[in-house]
Amino acid sequence: MKALSRIYAIFYKELLQLKRDKMTFAMIVMIPLMQLILFGYAINTNIRHIPVGVVDQSHSALSRILIQTISATQVVTFEQHYMNTTQAEAGIASAQVRAVLVIPADISQRLARHPVVGLGTPPATNQETVRPVAQWMVDGSDTLVASAIKSLRNMPLAELLKKPANRNTPTFEVTLFYNPEQRTVVNIVPGLVAVILTMTMIMFTSGAIVRERERGNMEMLITTPVSSLELMIGKIIPYLFIGFLQVIIILGLGHVLFHIPINGSLLSLAGATLLFITASLTLGLVISTIAKNQLQSMQMTVFVLLPSILLSGFMFPYEGMPVIAQNIAEALPATHFMRLIRGIVLRDANFTDLNRDIYWLILFTLGGLLIASIKFKKTLD
Amino acid sequence: MSEYVIQARQLSRNFGDIKAIQQLDLQVEKSQIYGFLGPNGCGKTTAIRMLIGLLKPSSGEIEVLGLKLPDNADKLRLKIGYMTQNFSLYYDLTVKENLQFIGRVYGLSINEQKKRIDELLDVYDLNKQKNQLAGTMSGGQRQRLALSAAILHHPELLFLDEPTSAVDPENRRDFWEKMFALSDQGTSILVSTHYMDEAERCHKLAILKSGIKRADDTPENLMQQMDANVVEIEANNLPQLKKDLLELSDIISTAQLGARLRVLVKKSVKDPLDFLSQHNNIQSRDQLTLARPNLEDVFVTSTGEQST
Ligand SMILES: Nc1ncnc2c1ncn2[C@@H]1O[C@H](COP(=O)(O)OP(=O)(O)O)[C@@H](O)[C@H]1O
Ligand SMILES: [Mg+2]
Repeated sequence: MKALSRIYAIFYKELLQLKRDKMTFAMIVMIPLMQLILFGYAINTNIRHIPVGVVDQSHSALSRILIQTISATQVVTFEQHYMNTTQAEAGIASAQVRAVLVIPADISQRLARHPVVGLGTPPATNQETVRPVAQWMVDGSDTLVASAIKSLRNMPLAELLKKPANRNTPTFEVTLFYNPEQRTVVNIVPGLVAVILTMTMIMFTSGAIVRERERGNMEMLITTPVSSLELMIGKIIPYLFIGFLQVIIILGLGHVLFHIPINGSLLSLAGATLLFITASLTLGLVISTIAKNQLQSMQMTVFVLLPSILLSGFMFPYEGMPVIAQNIAEALPATHFMRLIRGIVLRDANFTDLNRDIYWLILFTLGGLLIASIKFKKTLD
Repeated sequence: MSEYVIQARQLSRNFGDIKAIQQLDLQVEKSQIYGFLGPNGCGKTTAIRMLIGLLKPSSGEIEVLGLKLPDNADKLRLKIGYMTQNFSLYYDLTVKENLQFIGRVYGLSINEQKKRIDELLDVYDLNKQKNQLAGTMSGGQRQRLALSAAILHHPELLFLDEPTSAVDPENRRDFWEKMFALSDQGTSILVSTHYMDEAERCHKLAILKSGIKRADDTPENLMQQMDANVVEIEANNLPQLKKDLLELSDIISTAQLGARLRVLVKKSVKDPLDFLSQHNNIQSRDQLTLARPNLEDVFVTSTGEQST
């Protein structure tokens, strides 16, 4: 009973201080808003309108039609004409364009012998059939840009010759679940919940104990009967609410602005979020008991934040990472929450499918609380 | 239970090479105001922190309210109040919010809290400021708030670390009235200060210098049993006289007070007036009188140093 009163005392005090700390209060709302809009609109792995050039050595009607057909895919935009390949290479080097299409003088012959067109009788020799119609020179440093242009390699050419589109039967049929239109934002927004919560929750609590120390309140606090665990719990609770507020902002706005579906139940969503928020908050508290001042706590926060963004599966698929990176990722609460929230929001996965992640988050929270309370000594030594 | 609320034996505390407190023996009786007198850095705060269980002693034994420290620090917390040297409540909370925080932390019921806070706001004259942020108050108001917070849970024993250092003289006088009132109600108080006039009002005091206790008794006894006589000289050219007298090994210190020079002469000198009038620089028309020792003289004599 007395313990509850003490936890309430700490909780209410934090709430009052938070209310008066306009800056932090603004951050609570602004961080998710800004990030959502930035990531939602800016990050797009479906690349469109890459600026490219062309070296047209044939100057034929055919080459002009080829250029138009490629433009119609919207993957690239032709912005430059170069006289020769040397100029074209200079254009790539100076970042005028990302790639250059080189159309050879004998394009009509190459096209005629191309298997898709199939005009060559008697059948073309192997040597001739393997010759592509034209060549792309690409600035390959950005792999996303490069692969977008590579995707043009097997562009259908039939319509070039006003032939009915001769559909090749693909080797595989692919059915896309959950995000059939392949919009990056559908995967990004739920992931953003994990990233923003990691950032704000750890940031707010990592300063919590340090601040009391720096402002000289610690000497008073530790002469009161408040126990370390009560102090930790009291300090966490206000941020639980803030965490939920942020989730509502991100997913709510994500739904309105980017039409992100929420397929799973709100209850499992709330459950998973609660677990992740407490895990992040205790991680912040652990940092706070280790750090000597607010600068150190900030540095440690960044130290945790970076791998949480890079390794959690937010940026790159977890499965594609080397084993060491996967092991690091497994230790981070953000990785587990990333699976949980994408699972629940996009796939309507239920808790039993995601057991392992849930257990880890619970374990992490309990371990964190224990470490923080042990590390926090009620003395000034 | 012993009638001592605080007992310490051979208490020492080092910070690396710094010996903040050395072999301190201490006995504080119930319902008394006990003073720690000493300049900045002499170890007052360190001693208090050890007596509360905030710092572990490097060696020595402590018993406060019958509880051995530092093992029983948790049990002790409910029975003592501590007013830190620097304000340690929350600047961004109002007077009332700060007091409510303390009330909840000590587990007072809502009714008890309300009654006690109203009472404290009255007694410590904070009613007008009750909704003001602590950070925007004056030093005196903040100090009264800190005291209210320290005694909110009716502690038997109160530790006050330089409570009046950020306060003007009038507020200091008021503050001591409040302390005597608490003491009359049975609260034992340990207070540290570097003001002589405040130390003189304590029932008993310990003089600390560089972590070592130099003397410890009632102010009256300290002054009576002082190891020096006080002579006041009225003469011309006091600065020169002051310099010359300090050369003598039997003179402990000299201090100019307006037109007079206050000289501390070792007790081993049988007749200090005669001794001084022998001195070349003292003319026959100069006036020499024996003066009543004050606490500053005691301090200077026992620490061998001029205080400021
Ligand atoms: N936490 C600490 N770390 C290192 N030195 C300390 C610490 N606290 C006090 N000291 C040193 O101990 C000595 C006594 O300090 P303190 O008890 O604060 O004196 P006072 O309260 O009488 O001004 C000083 O020399 C001070 O520098
Ligand atoms: Mg001090």
